[in-house]
Amino acid sequence: MPDAPRDTSPRRASWLERLRRLPEESTAKTLLVAFSVAVVCATLVSTAAVALRPRQRENRDRERRARLVEIVSRIPGIEEIFARTGARDVETDMVELATGRIVPSMDASGFDARKAAQDPEAGVAIPSALDVADLGRRAKHAPVYLVKDRGQVKLVVLPVEGSGYGGPIRGFVALSGDGNTIVSLALFEHQETAGIGARVEDPAWRARWQGKRVRDEQGRLRVGVATERLRPEDAAYQVDGISGATITSGAVNDLLRYWLGDDGFGPFLRTLR
Amino acid sequence: MPPPQASVLLDPIVRHNPIAVQILGVCSSLAVTTQVSTALVMGLALTVTLCLSNVSISLIRRHLPRSIRLIVEITIIASLVIVIDQALQAYAYDMSKRLSVFVGLIVTNCIVLGRAEAFASRSAPWPSLLDGLGNGIGYGLVLAIVAVVREVLGNGTLLGATVLRRAADGGWYVPVDFLHKPASGFFLLALLVWGLRTRRKDPPEDPAS
Repeated sequence: MPDAPRDTSPRRASWLERLRRLPEESTAKTLLVAFSVAVVCATLVSTAAVALRPRQRENRDRERRARLVEIVSRIPGIEEIFARTGARDVETDMVELATGRIVPSMDASGFDARKAAQDPEAGVAIPSALDVADLGRRAKHAPVYLVKDRGQVKLVVLPVEGSGYGGPIRGFVALSGDGNTIVSLALFEHQETAGIGARVEDPAWRARWQGKRVRDEQGRLRVGVATERLRPEDAAYQVDGISGATITSGAVNDLLRYWLGDDGFGPFLRTLR
Repeated sequence: MPPPQASVLLDPIVRHNPIAVQILGVCSSLAVTTQVSTALVMGLALTVTLCLSNVSISLIRRHLPRSIRLIVEITIIASLVIVIDQALQAYAYDMSKRLSVFVGLIVTNCIVLGRAEAFASRSAPWPSLLDGLGNGIGYGLVLAIVAVVREVLGNGTLLGATVLRRAADGGWYVPVDFLHKPASGFFLLALLVWGLRTRRKDPPEDPAS
């Protein structure tokens, strides 16, 4: 008695049944399995990526802030400056890199240098002859962090970025108020090989940067990492490379020379002198 | 007939240990064993990946056309690894930085694909889960042993706490710098394999395993 109401469910079942009975090696089954796996996996991965992104960004921001505080607290006499000025904080400004001028209208808090670099308006391609740090593009503006005492700049902290052995290297370089003496170098975002290139974070190696000068009396850019032996005449400007980590050492050299050079923060640093 | 379930779980921990006996997944065991904490988290990440991949592959094993079997398995493993890597970056940021690329490289860890192929693709979900758990623990155990030696003798610490006071900090112990180098992990692992194989009379040299 094939009545109308009984019609739908058996047909559905038989459709499913037919799918399950498809021979394993048939093209239809292969395509179906491939497609379903792709859809399930893609959903899983994109859900995780999107759901966890805010937390990951928060982690990275927290790390950046912690490093900034760390690098600032390393400057000799900083506690005194803070105690005297009462401000325990660091002033953040946006600088137009090409001119070195501070742009008061820009807000540094939401600024994403990576995004800006890729933006056709906010970013600019670096001419390959100048692109020693192999960045390709950079943002037209960059944040600078200033610690002041009675209106006088005591410490300048600049974000730097380069291309290392395992990927991008990012961090901060802190200069004293004259804009020409390194106080500290903190490269904390990197994927360099553990135990080799990752020694850019080694306190002993970082400590060697303290007091190195960026430019000589004639204004020539002298800062860097010595490729072979550190020559006595360069000792005021350079440090020895990390042994075994030639590429990482070279990358640190390049990123410092780019960002402290004329296409980087050079124009801004000149305004401090 | 499948072996009793207890042995599915326990066998890979020592007797058929994936690293020491089957010599699979050696690469990562050299890289993340300078500290015990990274070794433990790496072991945990691999165990979770292995359990989930084994169970998922076991669930669809009857609908897996042989022509695309490997691609499907790798897709599933890769997706799980990405999710775990993302979760570590969100919830254990410092740890994920120290493990750097090695979590992502679990995709290429032969243990995961090896178990999917050799066990999960022909077993029910529950034994597959146990197999994943056992192999993960076996992997983590070897990592932990190598890491304990490397951290204690190379750094004078265990899980970050000082056990041997270093000469640089006013103690007596001079750390063995060699243990920071990846090659030292290789030597320690080789000693471990040697020890295991000498002690036991029946090394599974069966080329099929």
